[in-house]
Amino acid sequence: MRPGIWEAMRPYSEQVFGNSSGVHDVSRRAKNALEEARERIAAVIGSRPTEIVLTSGGTESDNLALKGAALSSTPRRGVVTVATEHEAVLETADFLHRLGLPTEVVGVDRGGAVDLDSLLEAVGPDTAVVSVMWVNNETGSVQDLPRIAATVRERDLEVLVHTDAVQAFSSQDIDVDALGVDLLTLTGHKFGGPKGAGLLYVREGTPLEPLLHGGGQEMGRRSGTHDVAGAVGLAAAMEAAAADRPRFRTEVGSIRDQFEKRVMAGMPDGVVNTPETMRSPHHLNLRFPGIRNQTLLMRLDRAGVAASAGSACQSGAAQVSHVLEGMGLTAGQARESVRFSFGWDSSFDQAIDAAEILLGLVEELR
Amino acid sequence: MRALVAMSGGVDSSVAAALMRDAGHEVVGVTLKLWSGPHGEAPTAGCCTVSDAEDARRVAAQLDIPYYVLDYTDEFRGGVVDRFVADYASGRTPNPCIECNRTVKFDRLLNGLDDFDCEVLVTGHHARNRLEDGVWALRRGEDRAKDQSYVLSMLTQSELARIRLPVGELTKVAVRAVAAEIGLRTAAKPESMDICFVGQGDYRGFLRDIAPGAFAPGPLVDGDGEEIGQHLGIAGFTVGQRRGLGLALGEPRYVVRIEPSTSTVVLGVRDELSVAGVGLAQPTWTAGIPVTGRLMAQYRAHGEPVPATLHQDRLLFAEPQLAVAPGQTVAFYDDDRVLGGALIADTYR
Repeated sequence: MRPGIWEAMRPYSEQVFGNSSGVHDVSRRAKNALEEARERIAAVIGSRPTEIVLTSGGTESDNLALKGAALSSTPRRGVVTVATEHEAVLETADFLHRLGLPTEVVGVDRGGAVDLDSLLEAVGPDTAVVSVMWVNNETGSVQDLPRIAATVRERDLEVLVHTDAVQAFSSQDIDVDALGVDLLTLTGHKFGGPKGAGLLYVREGTPLEPLLHGGGQEMGRRSGTHDVAGAVGLAAAMEAAAADRPRFRTEVGSIRDQFEKRVMAGMPDGVVNTPETMRSPHHLNLRFPGIRNQTLLMRLDRAGVAASAGSACQSGAAQVSHVLEGMGLTAGQARESVRFSFGWDSSFDQAIDAAEILLGLVEELR
Repeated sequence: MRALVAMSGGVDSSVAAALMRDAGHEVVGVTLKLWSGPHGEAPTAGCCTVSDAEDARRVAAQLDIPYYVLDYTDEFRGGVVDRFVADYASGRTPNPCIECNRTVKFDRLLNGLDDFDCEVLVTGHHARNRLEDGVWALRRGEDRAKDQSYVLSMLTQSELARIRLPVGELTKVAVRAVAAEIGLRTAAKPESMDICFVGQGDYRGFLRDIAPGAFAPGPLVDGDGEEIGQHLGIAGFTVGQRRGLGLALGEPRYVVRIEPSTSTVVLGVRDELSVAGVGLAQPTWTAGIPVTGRLMAQYRAHGEPVPATLHQDRLLFAEPQLAVAPGQTVAFYDDDRVLGGALIADTYR
């Protein structure tokens, strides 16, 4: 976590251990901390505090956005989303499809950008929600979200627009009104906050059925005893990460660029899967022709470099990335691709060391 | 030495990893993901389930060795499952675990050793592999009752030179004792028996799902060629089978032969199962030199070896054998030493 986050959370795990819904003094202090955290969170993304639903993280927020919208009190039941979304969105859409709800999955171009015409074509009178990830977790492809949201709303004002902004938060300035979205997913551990603490921004007046029914916490949108320490940590990390964005964009972006330049200079037949423009500063997806990614990842790990291959299945095996397949790569090409992520604490020296190790292994595996 | 240990999640491969580590080697653990169901789910039976991979992962963590799950589902489907289906569809009785060893586990991992930056491949098989007078000798495991040398009979010198089988030097009781002593969570784990991609032991249901074409109906005939009934597809039958023939006849009847070209299943009495010898395909020799003459032959994983004479691609049993099925592997032995192995192409009476 970023410096100071654990210290901010700690009192709410150790001392102020009250249930924020209780009526005694400790509870009041917990409740106060919770609502103060909510106000700070709302301020960071330009929303009202009442529009923040605290969740256990990105997966829950994505589930709540899609299921909550499709199963709400309105008659609209349909979901439209994109082939390169996170599994938390795609699997939820698949579940709703299996329930018999209309679901459309739209394709992307080679750079990962969603085709706006296809997206609009998929939106019908029955569509409850359109879900488009802002920054892709595997490639760093950035969608033109403000334009997508505006175009969808122009077509049909009653369609809700959701974005999974989990990977976007550390680099993109977020103002929910300027973005024009109704639902937005964030999670703490992607920007130096605690694991298990996330949120769904829900624009006021948005009809949403909760996933978790019960005591009616979070204004009836998410029941269950609050994780007060998590909320405090989330708020602190959001403030720190938002303030750090200008540095993050230039510094981490430059570290990533140097890494890319070094690796590609040493590997003439390498392929950059991440698009040249509309890319985040902290992702890089590379293809190493002739080398299977699971072998390269194993060797990188032994050499102290942590990278990944898209997503892993339940057993931990690398799977063929649906994101790369969605961008037009064959399964074989996807199996040659590795994703490198850079963080707020990445250093230039680390990145160059990693590039040299990588090039040495590529040489050896050829 | 840098050792790649194939960890199935069972006690044998767990102990193999522990023994290598304790012998001072640098150990990397891997589990192979070989099969997933229609929705990508891992198998629930056999040797490669999610909980097995989880067991392997936890053992690796306990031993403080790096651990990876490698995906070989494409290779497994092509080399093992498609072949399993094709074999049944053409009236043979395949052994998918041997095919998996041959075409996926040993082939992929041995070929990948350099890439994984390891020198040897270690498995938890109960068999012994030692350098004797400059030759790698594959022998039955110390625990004769748990011996698995039969399923390794297709290995050759260049492969044996890069394989270590530390568990084969111990009895199963000793293996469990080692596991218990170092507190491995797999110490008391029961052994897996099912075919991993079939599950629940119902291979006919699996075949019906994956290869409905192999279930064309055909005649059940007696030894004289007279039709005595109909069946729903030859893939439901294996030579020597007595149950599930869908017939009520006075004397017990067995499947004695399957004729795929006409989808005919030939039934007969017990004596007709008797086989004098078999024709061989794809023979391999552990020492690299073809063997002929008198030897011991074992044609079932848990069968007893029987005396036989090998001449080129024909094996003649000293005594007639019952229910020897084409598609099965036969392993050749000199006492406890594996000489080689082959597939049974056909049988003759």
